[in-house]
Amino acid sequence: MTKGTVSGVVSNMVTLRVDGPVMQGEICYITTGGDLLMAEVIKIIGQDVYVQVFESTRGLKVGAEAEFTGHMLEIQLGPGMLSKNYDGLQNDLDKIEGVFLKRGQYTEPLDTEREWDFVPLAKVGDQVQESDWLGEVEENHQPLKIMVSFQLKGTAVVKSIVTAGKYRIHDVVAVLTDEQGNDINVDMVQHWPVKFAMTNYTEKPRPFKLLETGVRTIDTFNPIVEGGTGFIPGPFGTGKTVLQHAISKQAEADIVIIAACGERANEVVEIFTEFPELVDPHTGRKLMERTIIIANTSNMPVAAREASVYTAMTMAEYYRSMGLRVLLMADSTSRWAQALREMSNRMEELPGPDAFPMDLGALISNFYGRAGYVYLRNGQVGSVTFLGTVSPAGGNLKEPVTENTKKVARCFYGLEQERADKKRYPAVNPIDSYSKYLEYPEFAEYIKEHINEEWIPKVMKLKTRMQRGKEIAEQINILGDDGVPVEYHVTFWKSEVIDFVILQQDAFDEVDAVTPLERQEEILNLVTEICEAEHDQFDTFLDVVDYFKKLINLCKQMNYSIFKSEEYYEFKKQVQAML
Amino acid sequence: MATAFQKIYTQISQITKATCSLHAKGVGYDELATINGKLAQVVKIMGDEVTLQVFEGTGGIPTNAEVVFLGKSPSLKVSDQLAGRFFNAYGQPIDGGPEIEGKEVEIGGPSVNPVRRKQPSELIATGIAGIDLNNTLVSGQKIPFFADPDQPFNEVMALVAMRAKADKIILGGMGMTNDDYYFFRNTFSNAGALDRIISFINTTEDPAVERLLVPDMALTAAEYFAVEKHETVLVLLTDMTSYADSLSIVSNRMDQIPSKDSMPGSLYSDLAKVYEKAVQFPESAGGGSITIIAVTTLSGGDITHAVPDNTGYITEGQLYLRRDSDIGKVIVDPFRSLSRLKQLVAGKKTRKDHSQVMNAAIRLYADAANAKTKLENGFDLTDYDNRCLDFAKEYADKLLAIDVNLDTTEMLDVIWSLFRKYFKLEEVNIKKEFTDIYWK
Repeated sequence: MTKGTVSGVVSNMVTLRVDGPVMQGEICYITTGGDLLMAEVIKIIGQDVYVQVFESTRGLKVGAEAEFTGHMLEIQLGPGMLSKNYDGLQNDLDKIEGVFLKRGQYTEPLDTEREWDFVPLAKVGDQVQESDWLGEVEENHQPLKIMVSFQLKGTAVVKSIVTAGKYRIHDVVAVLTDEQGNDINVDMVQHWPVKFAMTNYTEKPRPFKLLETGVRTIDTFNPIVEGGTGFIPGPFGTGKTVLQHAISKQAEADIVIIAACGERANEVVEIFTEFPELVDPHTGRKLMERTIIIANTSNMPVAAREASVYTAMTMAEYYRSMGLRVLLMADSTSRWAQALREMSNRMEELPGPDAFPMDLGALISNFYGRAGYVYLRNGQVGSVTFLGTVSPAGGNLKEPVTENTKKVARCFYGLEQERADKKRYPAVNPIDSYSKYLEYPEFAEYIKEHINEEWIPKVMKLKTRMQRGKEIAEQINILGDDGVPVEYHVTFWKSEVIDFVILQQDAFDEVDAVTPLERQEEILNLVTEICEAEHDQFDTFLDVVDYFKKLINLCKQMNYSIFKSEEYYEFKKQVQAML
Repeated sequence: MATAFQKIYTQISQITKATCSLHAKGVGYDELATINGKLAQVVKIMGDEVTLQVFEGTGGIPTNAEVVFLGKSPSLKVSDQLAGRFFNAYGQPIDGGPEIEGKEVEIGGPSVNPVRRKQPSELIATGIAGIDLNNTLVSGQKIPFFADPDQPFNEVMALVAMRAKADKIILGGMGMTNDDYYFFRNTFSNAGALDRIISFINTTEDPAVERLLVPDMALTAAEYFAVEKHETVLVLLTDMTSYADSLSIVSNRMDQIPSKDSMPGSLYSDLAKVYEKAVQFPESAGGGSITIIAVTTLSGGDITHAVPDNTGYITEGQLYLRRDSDIGKVIVDPFRSLSRLKQLVAGKKTRKDHSQVMNAAIRLYADAANAKTKLENGFDLTDYDNRCLDFAKEYADKLLAIDVNLDTTEMLDVIWSLFRKYFKLEEVNIKKEFTDIYWK
């Protein structure tokens, strides 16, 4: 392997003089004071190689030795990843000893001794290609597939496969013969370079299946789909993280991967603490069973922050190729972009807008492009749904990360300071936010079949009402309460009903936090009924205000009541009596 | 400071305002050196050319100055002797007392493994309703005051520090005026609390770049007491904007491309490294904690500036002070202030109706603000508007003002009494479960 010696250090950028061939993106380890520092090649000029070190370079001296590994940043994929807490480089945080993350500690991501119940799916003589399913093990009630090596070129024939039984991840479970007649041993572990997208599917059609999140402002107003993409920009304090946590708790997905990328450690601790206790509303099992956390918090080394989102995406693609529905959340993609900026700055590259690297847009769009709903070769389907948060500087959406993300993500959930100040949570702006999927005929077809025909037209009508309500609010602000006809107040208050009853949702209330689709349908119908009722009983706008405040209060009590409970029907009856 | 075995270099090849470069071998990144006795730190190594950042500036350094590398990064000696003492940014005593004996620890050490943390859950009571009720603080939290330079943030911070039940209070002063330094000193000594206070002070009279060491010094001391002594530590950092200004000075002199507001591109990571030292350890690790209360001064209330903006994304909320002209007192602004961790204690360590009552009161206070706008624009007010205005005034006076000192149950009772006084049941929009008990 190629070796190098340190010739320069500026923060976490180190220059090495090398004695042999080096690959762009190759991983090397630099030895200093008994510690091994992992680093990645980012630029090569002749014999001088620039690397970004994933650890602190404190005390590093010129002349320190480095050894190259011959591979890019890659992770191990196999059974045993669910419920794990990894850092951005796939070190198992629970296996790291001591209170502090001392540099140079690398741990095995997978448990090599644990035994899995393997069931073969392929049989001797089967012709297979890369990532075809050979067998199955069960982890946390999820059927995980053991696949042909992702690196296999061409086809191979199954020469032998073990019988059902207990095996460890590195045990050989099958032997394949490739086109050249060589035998290939297959165990349960795959390796994949994280910066490359997996393309082991036949087609990536437009996604169309609603992904239920239990959050009304998403499901009812701007739905996301299995394999879809969305982003949540918002100034600090508007509830990005609360919304993301709500989605990751409630979404109807088989696997949820949370990449905490350059965010607060306490937010990750909240997941560590709550997820093992909370129950998945769809399966009744503990949430942690289906969750993987990639924690690269803001105080952890910057270069590993960039790696963390790729590590998370690679894991998501791995599960997708088993036919599972994966939800990937990254909080926040802005921190990832900032990590790129720091490095580009140190390399003295010419900066693009706001000092971000010029290829920021390309990197973001390539990354979002890795999500999707796919048809696998065996006719099965799988999906990676990606939701990223964006932390725009100064809350201004006209900044490079937001603008570049807007070009590629299909759902936009814009969090608004004004709504947050008024405690109207989730603070998703109902007028500017959108879901492009509402316009997909495939999606409309799916909703028609699985919910009902009226759903989308009703939602569209409510959206128009919200718009109208906003216009009237502005007129009232200018002309005064008495300056507009009473009917204007009625229209305005109807938009308030939509806001208070459908859009606002109490993420900290046991009942209100999650609204299953069936209940959302009932609320949608009720609110539509309220909005379409004719009113001529009001003399002054004050009567309008009184009437609707009462109505909203009743509807909110209904939202706080257990679905279909006695109490729920009681409030519903009172609402209907008012119409 | 040179010892017999240390090599002395006497040929400096380049001097800028803040840095010196020379040819030297065997030097480690981040290592300290002295140049004619002035402390400096290695910031760049290229081949055998080493660039040193001189903390107090390069004025008076000749090209033949004596340079000695100390073979270590900036460090602090930690032991129980720290308690009650005042230090400068290098951790040297400035109170005339003896040098500290203890274990030498490099400052700016590694981060806590997130899986070894505990979710914060202990309420820090301050008696100020604008904080305890609307923006409850939790041990292990990090939260700044966003304040204009003329606001009494240091006074409020000192008040909070004195009322909070902390084993140690560590003050990190960056670019602090001499007057403020004496204010803290007097407040602490008048409260008889000096023996649990440790201060690292860089005043406006000291070199600006030195203050980059202050947060790490303060937090290294904090980690000693929290990790090894299992104590509850409260760290006060004022003012973090001065700290950020020093970062931008250094990055500018290193020819780095500035990003927003002339701040370095790494501002977010630099600030996060400081604030993320806030931590709650589980009982199994002794149960110590570090809570950080900081000050970020704003320029004309502009929170979109890079420093408050990045801070807001890192800290767990922020507190704003505002002078309320209706009552003539300083209040904790309920609209823009936020404690992100409050739901970990609100209704759990406090009475169950806490969250709902708090939100309802703020909503009504917002309605009062709308009514005020209407009034200013010359529109007639409704009966509801007038009731909101009256409510807002009493709410600000009895609860939001910083001179309030109540426990949370008393605060909640005060609000319920105001609700009953000014509103109808359906106007407060609170769960029936609570109105059944408290609406009497």
